[in-house]
Amino acid sequence: MRVQRCKGSRDLSPGEMRRFRLIEAAFRGCCLKWGYEEVRTPTLEYLHLFTSTGTLTPSLLGKVYSFLDWDGWSGERVVLRPDGTIPVARLYIDSMKEKELARLFYVANVFIFEATGTKTRERWQCGVELIGVDSPTADVELIVLALEVLERLKPDNIELRLSHAGLIKAFLAKLGLSPEEQTKILDQILDGDVKALARIKPGKPELEEALSLLLDLKGKSSGFLKNLKALVTQNLPEFEPALDDFINVVDLLEALGYNYQIDITSGRGFEYYTGVIFRFFVGGEEVGGGGRYNNLIPLMSGGDIPASGFALYLDRLMNLITPEALAKPQAQRIMVRAELGEVGTLKEGFSVASCLREAGYVAELHLGSEKLSGLRWMLDVQRIAPLFILTDLVNHKRFEAQTTDEVLALLGKKDADKSSLA
Amino acid sequence: MPIKVALPKGCLLAETATLLQRADWGLSGYHETARFYHLKSRRFPNLHAKVFHEKDIPIQVAVGNYDLGICGLDWIEELLVKYPSSALVKVKELGYGGGVLYMAASRSEEASTVEEIRAKSDIMRIASEYPNLAESFAVKNRLRRFSVFPLWGAAEVYPPESASLALIPGGTREELFTCELVSVSNVLSFSAFLIANKNSWESKDMGEVLASIYDGLIPFSAERELADKGRPSSADADRVPGVAAQQLSREATNGEVWLALPDGHQQSPTLHLLNKAGIQIDDYPSAVGNRRPTSNLDDVMIKVIRPQDMPLQVANGNFDLAVTGRDWLMEHLYQFPSSPVTELLDLKFGGVKIVAVVSKELSVSDVHSLRQLNAERRVPLRVASEYVNIADKYARDNHLGAYRVIPTWGATEAFLPEDADLLIENAKTGQTIARHNLKIIDTLCESTACLISNPKTLSGSGKGERVESITGILRTAVEDI
Repeated sequence: MRVQRCKGSRDLSPGEMRRFRLIEAAFRGCCLKWGYEEVRTPTLEYLHLFTSTGTLTPSLLGKVYSFLDWDGWSGERVVLRPDGTIPVARLYIDSMKEKELARLFYVANVFIFEATGTKTRERWQCGVELIGVDSPTADVELIVLALEVLERLKPDNIELRLSHAGLIKAFLAKLGLSPEEQTKILDQILDGDVKALARIKPGKPELEEALSLLLDLKGKSSGFLKNLKALVTQNLPEFEPALDDFINVVDLLEALGYNYQIDITSGRGFEYYTGVIFRFFVGGEEVGGGGRYNNLIPLMSGGDIPASGFALYLDRLMNLITPEALAKPQAQRIMVRAELGEVGTLKEGFSVASCLREAGYVAELHLGSEKLSGLRWMLDVQRIAPLFILTDLVNHKRFEAQTTDEVLALLGKKDADKSSLA
Repeated sequence: MPIKVALPKGCLLAETATLLQRADWGLSGYHETARFYHLKSRRFPNLHAKVFHEKDIPIQVAVGNYDLGICGLDWIEELLVKYPSSALVKVKELGYGGGVLYMAASRSEEASTVEEIRAKSDIMRIASEYPNLAESFAVKNRLRRFSVFPLWGAAEVYPPESASLALIPGGTREELFTCELVSVSNVLSFSAFLIANKNSWESKDMGEVLASIYDGLIPFSAERELADKGRPSSADADRVPGVAAQQLSREATNGEVWLALPDGHQQSPTLHLLNKAGIQIDDYPSAVGNRRPTSNLDDVMIKVIRPQDMPLQVANGNFDLAVTGRDWLMEHLYQFPSSPVTELLDLKFGGVKIVAVVSKELSVSDVHSLRQLNAERRVPLRVASEYVNIADKYARDNHLGAYRVIPTWGATEAFLPEDADLLIENAKTGQTIARHNLKIIDTLCESTACLISNPKTLSGSGKGERVESITGILRTAVEDI
């Protein structure tokens, strides 16, 4: 019987893992330089970690992988983490609360059911959380950090789109809907229904005006928000704090020379966000997003601690990595061949391979069946002198050596010749 | 091409039989006292019908073992709410077997609306035979923290002491009211439904069989209108008056020992043993379905529930003592090895063997030959059982290779040979197994009734001594037998 891969899951081949690690390395490198520290949370969490804040939508919670584990007699369900931020917030509350400000990052998988099974249900994220500070500067730090990672990966057409959860929520509060209706519309927006806001007919002329200005237009400068503010301040003073916050963020981004687009309508996935929401696109595909979530830690009984963060979607970025990005010089490969079954030469083979690895080469032991295509160097280990024969398979040359040092010297000389020729 | 139909036993059987009689199927042996599960139709020679527990029918139709099925919408939704992509088509409402699924709380509970429940800070314990619908209710209503206790039955007796809420079917709101419950929310109105497997519906000609069912339905329409009038609306359900709490409700906190006694066929041997020990129980077994009998034991409160549900309930401290079967204790402990439930006493009645069963047609004589047979098959072995965890452990321990455990809700022997390859079943005499052309290939263990408890909840509660004294009385009675 053929054993198949679990539906909706994916393998990562050596080629895909190279792209995965390249993204991870760029991400880790940037984060460490900005002063962020790496954390890792468990794959399994209690389900109530995700239900208790009341922030995730029923639609998302209906797609989590939850079950009763071996300890589940109390009815307490566990879940494969469906989100990266909430576990990190829990980790912070658990063991890092003494830190006034925590800059944390992680590379983690999240699990969300997808009905067709054609898309992967296990998604990888590079996430960053900045906990303990509430300021536009902090939001801009995150946006710039994310853009720096993307630029380092060199995909073209990086696009930044901004929205503001405070503004959307102020609107919904102003509409005079029942709490139930408000929750329903909020859930629709969160689940990605871009027309949910547009369907609302507020019935108040001043709201109608502001709503259409907000929804129909897409601004490209802080001027857009300032125009909007001038219009609504008189009639809708409730919108002012959110607009001011938003303006501060875009002013700073502008001063730093970043381009962006303001698009209020798209609120997908901002479940716990309270302030500015930012999303990153490459060639029209969303590759990451984040925002400010000041209420999450208080809702988790962790005290009045503000935070913001973002995640880049590794699976999508992997498709955008160009072959050039991968074509970094790699360590020279050397195949070490000792006569199989001959303990004395095998021992020498293991020993010389180890020395080669220490010197920075990739040394593979020949196991008898490998094809030698694409390989430049072959090192034969012999029982009688000369102990080592080094063959340049590309240039069809043969060199003899008696010691490991002589082998290294030969290889070093050939590499030096090559670079001087270049 | 044969058409396979799954028909319900239990409460939908009589009306479904009437419908199929009107449809002139000419089924022999589809009645309450039938002893066989395979039925043939006089009118449609290529129709094969099989009788299942209602809860199994949507699953059997969705996986493609049956083309058509009849069961309540409640069980269809219980499947679809968790597995929305199931290959199931809801073909036609049949207009009988109507009821409402209520999320119900005790009348004595302070929180009787969804808003009030959401506002509560403690963990919401929801007991139900419909765990998927119960979980969906909790998620949709954004309950912050909840535990769903799946039950085999008798959910109505759980609130308020053993659960905060129960998702239960009720025909009318009066039924709810007599259980001391009040509706928090009307979750689903249901009635019997004709369902089809999606692939069969799309590709198989079942026109004649379907037309005969539609013809049989006509006389139902008039009755249905009447039934609709009598059916409770959600507004009615919400208006159930919150009368003062009954004396039963609030006494749980006063340190009484809670004892669970089994319903079903273990009632008379249980009563016999209790009487022998000098314990008198009033109204058990109850002719009117009373699930809270009283006794001559001081400070002991009794509820009658399903023995299958007892280990989980004792683990969670909802009961201090319970009379259940060792098979169900094992089933619980295999699923949850860290559970605090322990056996206090072997009650030595209700002895059964837990056995591995295959069709007589299968050329295997023991588990070793079954393992060999399965190694050569291209599809996984289908293991059907009420004891999902015992079955799973048996398959693991015996290296049965690729296998799937199909949970069933009784009448498991009907699954062989078409819908399963191996059963893990209990057998008293082996006669039922032989009658269905099956054979036992292995005995896993023997099981008798036992008294179970949870030492964790007893320690420091002052109940320990009373539990010990009841255990002592019962031990003497058992030894006398």
